[in-house]
Amino acid sequence: MKARKYFPIFGLALALAGVQQLTQLTGTAYYLTQMTMTAYYALLIIGLCLVMGYAGQISLGHAGFFAIGGYTSAVLTTFDLTPLLAKGNGVISILAASGLLVSRENLYGAALLSVNPWIACIAAIIVTVLIAFLIGMPVLKLKGHYLAMATLGFGIIIFRVALAIEIFGEADGISDVPGFPLLPGIIVSGDFSNRVQNYYVACMLLLIGFILLQNLIDSRVGRALRAIHGSEEAANAMGVNTSRYKLYTFVLSAVFAAIAGIFLTHYNGGIGPSEAGIMKSVRYVAIVAIGGMANLWGALVMAALLNFLSLRGMFGSYDDAVFGTILIIIMLFAPHGLLRLQLWRFFKKSSRDS
Amino acid sequence: MTSQLFFQYLFAGITYGSIYAIVAIGFNIIYNTTGIINFAQGEFVMLGGMIAISLHTLLPLPLAIGLSVIITMIIGALIEIIFIRWLKNPSVLRMIIITIGLSILIREAALHIWGEGVRSLPYFNGNEISTLRILGTNISPQVLWVIGVCSVIVALLSLFFKFTSLGQEMRACAANRLAATLCGISTKNMVTFSFMLSAGIGALAGCVVSPITYTQYDGGTPLAIKGFTVAVLGGLGNSMAAVIAGILLGIIESFSVSIVPLAFQDAISIALLLTILFVRPHGLFGSKEAAGLKEF
Repeated sequence: MKARKYFPIFGLALALAGVQQLTQLTGTAYYLTQMTMTAYYALLIIGLCLVMGYAGQISLGHAGFFAIGGYTSAVLTTFDLTPLLAKGNGVISILAASGLLVSRENLYGAALLSVNPWIACIAAIIVTVLIAFLIGMPVLKLKGHYLAMATLGFGIIIFRVALAIEIFGEADGISDVPGFPLLPGIIVSGDFSNRVQNYYVACMLLLIGFILLQNLIDSRVGRALRAIHGSEEAANAMGVNTSRYKLYTFVLSAVFAAIAGIFLTHYNGGIGPSEAGIMKSVRYVAIVAIGGMANLWGALVMAALLNFLSLRGMFGSYDDAVFGTILIIIMLFAPHGLLRLQLWRFFKKSSRDS
Repeated sequence: MTSQLFFQYLFAGITYGSIYAIVAIGFNIIYNTTGIINFAQGEFVMLGGMIAISLHTLLPLPLAIGLSVIITMIIGALIEIIFIRWLKNPSVLRMIIITIGLSILIREAALHIWGEGVRSLPYFNGNEISTLRILGTNISPQVLWVIGVCSVIVALLSLFFKFTSLGQEMRACAANRLAATLCGISTKNMVTFSFMLSAGIGALAGCVVSPITYTQYDGGTPLAIKGFTVAVLGGLGNSMAAVIAGILLGIIESFSVSIVPLAFQDAISIALLLTILFVRPHGLFGSKEAAGLKEF
């Protein structure tokens, strides 16, 4: 019984591997670059799906968490610590002595001493968790319009900070981010030689995230979340600690966003302020809505499809307009998502009758 | 800070503040009749400015502005009729997403129609360098236009809501929709009117402020956020308090320039919004009990 739950996921893994083989056969391996990026965005979106669909809390600031993860990791792995070490900064020398710093060459061949990507990754996650807690505690007490505006405001503040502070590269963002040696021989970076490898790393992360969320939703926590979505007062009366559940899911989804940000930043070799923009957050919300809110599979499929098309530049200069249009049409005609359209139910019914 | 600089900041604050107040009143008018926040409110301001600029190439200024307000009102009505009127008891989440989608669509349409460039209407009196001396400072006559037009809008609106039968019907609809329907008021039409009204005042504000702040396709979102801040600051649904709150925010913002870098100016108003939402979600002038009964 338990094992049956994993059949679809096993199928998904096979399909992902199949896609890679297909691109190999047809000589279209260049698609893998966008697919890898899509997988990371999808990781963020399934995390958002937990908050929006299952806990019923809108978040218009998830691009902010993506940016917090990406920027923290990027700053730590590119900021040159050599001058600080030379000055005899105590913390830095302890870090250097314990082997947590790595020395490498930058684009111009000069030696550069920066934090080990693993340490940077962990630091970025810790920073995200802290910020998510600090923001989530007051914000999640709000409802409806106020919640939407507060999360939107948070996103804009992150965007402004990225744009205005010198260490974050202002409008240029941060470039020259090194690869992330995940395991010996596996490096998350944009090198062409690592393309296939990176595709599988991204897919593995996505699958792990997906399995984690699916198990969470099927557990006691998931039932509590759905109760909150139905009626917060009723859930509270039944003994569900609603504020704690909401906060923990919010933080968890922020961590998903941060991990997506960290890996994508290493993969792209950089990050810019547009990743923190409002339109990105709106786009993530749109994709969760199209997938059907409380529907992990829907969110995953739509995230893969729409992000891939968008990254391939299929929508041209109408990119944002396409997402806006989809958002309105879905919300007007199919508020429960494309996969649960009334029309389909109608067809099903008529085929059963005949 | 010299007194001259002080008054300079003060006038700048009041000018921007009155625009925020108009946007906030637009939010309130729609919120009162429908219980939803129209996230596309800032786009009406942008549209009003843009349409007037385009029309001004053919028509004299007053006519261009008048026509632009009317066109924006029609757009507002169409938006309500096409996207909102026929929905049965939409959830708040659904309405938020729809109006956000609308604001994206209007913005993208403006981008493709008018391009990325910054445009502006000419100064109503004089030009960029003509000034008036008031309280020892030099201010542009356009500042008086903005403050004057906004005051007239507020005065006319309060007269409209008090003394005309349409205004009274809209207020009845805001107070109790069901009771209003039972009295023979078409609440659906009132919602359409409220969209027209808030589109109209937004457009007019967009026209008078265009010479000072310029008009750009993406100018709506920051205005909407500040307008919302002001609406919440005054207490959602309370238009008179929005005026005070608007001017307050405008002044805080303009004085903040002397302390923090300009790049953080937006962040200040948002930080204020977050603080208000966390500490006093019913607003500075609102009552806690009344806010507890409302659905946000």
